Amino acid sequence: MSRYDWLLFLHVFSAFALVAALTLYTVLIVSVWNKDVPGDVARLFSLQRVGDVLVGVGSIGVLVFGIWLAIDVKGYELWDGWIIAALVLWFVMGALGARTGKIYNAVRDRARALVREGENAPSAELRTLVQNRQGLWLHAASVLVVLLLLIDMIFKPGA
Amino acid sequence: MLAAIRPDSWNYALFLHVLGAMVLVGALVTAVTAQVVGWMRAAGVDALTYARLSFKTLLIVGVPAWFAMRIGAEWIYSKEGWADVPKEPGWLGIGYITADLGGVLLLTAVILAGFGARRLARADGGVSILARSAGVLAVLVLAIYLIALWAMTAKPN
Repeated sequence: MSRYDWLLFLHVFSAFALVAALTLYTVLIVSVWNKDVPGDVARLFSLQRVGDVLVGVGSIGVLVFGIWLAIDVKGYELWDGWIIAALVLWFVMGALGARTGKIYNAVRDRARALVREGENAPSAELRTLVQNRQGLWLHAASVLVVLLLLIDMIFKPGA
Repeated sequence: MLAAIRPDSWNYALFLHVLGAMVLVGALVTAVTAQVVGWMRAAGVDALTYARLSFKTLLIVGVPAWFAMRIGAEWIYSKEGWADVPKEPGWLGIGYITADLGGVLLLTAVILAGFGARRLARADGGVSILARSAGVLAVLVLAIYLIALWAMTAKPN
């Protein structure tokens, strides 16, 4: 395998990890949407750690190996329109992800705190947190941005 | 450079294929994570919650994603005219075998996960061999698709 083959494999592998994390988060958000029992919410959020690892590895990997590919492959330049678009989308994705993470980490922490305090009855406060519209819309926006990234990578407008 | 000279009409098929494969891997990762966390916490209600989540993820997300991946693969296969090539490259064969074998195993995992979750619900928790078998199969499918990912990108031979 040439260096190009390895770089492409690692770039695409990272993209798969990123989308896998988003899929996991989506399943998690849908699963907890109607839950208000702290134990149930805390239990489901125990899956989040795998998503956090995947999103970290995936987002850093796509950026590093993508830039390396752009420098390494003749015919591509870092200042090509579709590559600049990808970089902008990557930063937007990071900003949206950070804000979404804060909202859902607060839900997880509150559910765990209630469990620790021995409060396992349905909680209206927890339901309000779980059904946070802002968190939902931010997550939907992250999914849309990743979809646009994939479209940009495949169609390479202007290349 | 190959990507730059690929006709735009092929890109729709490639987009469907790649998106389907990515979501499929995501569904498998989610289902496997739920199964593994369920094994680690043998308490009845925990095991049932994770078994149900794993089953629903495989059925509602994994199966449609597999179809999107497979339809996209067949679409781009016809666009690129591989049917007219006398000897197909090895990576294409790996792609076909892994996609179809993975599909059969995925379907088996869905069935086992469904029955496993049902048995756990009836038994009010505990351990279900069926649910655990579904988890093992999902790990196997995930491994198969990672090999396919390597073959599709590195294109050996």
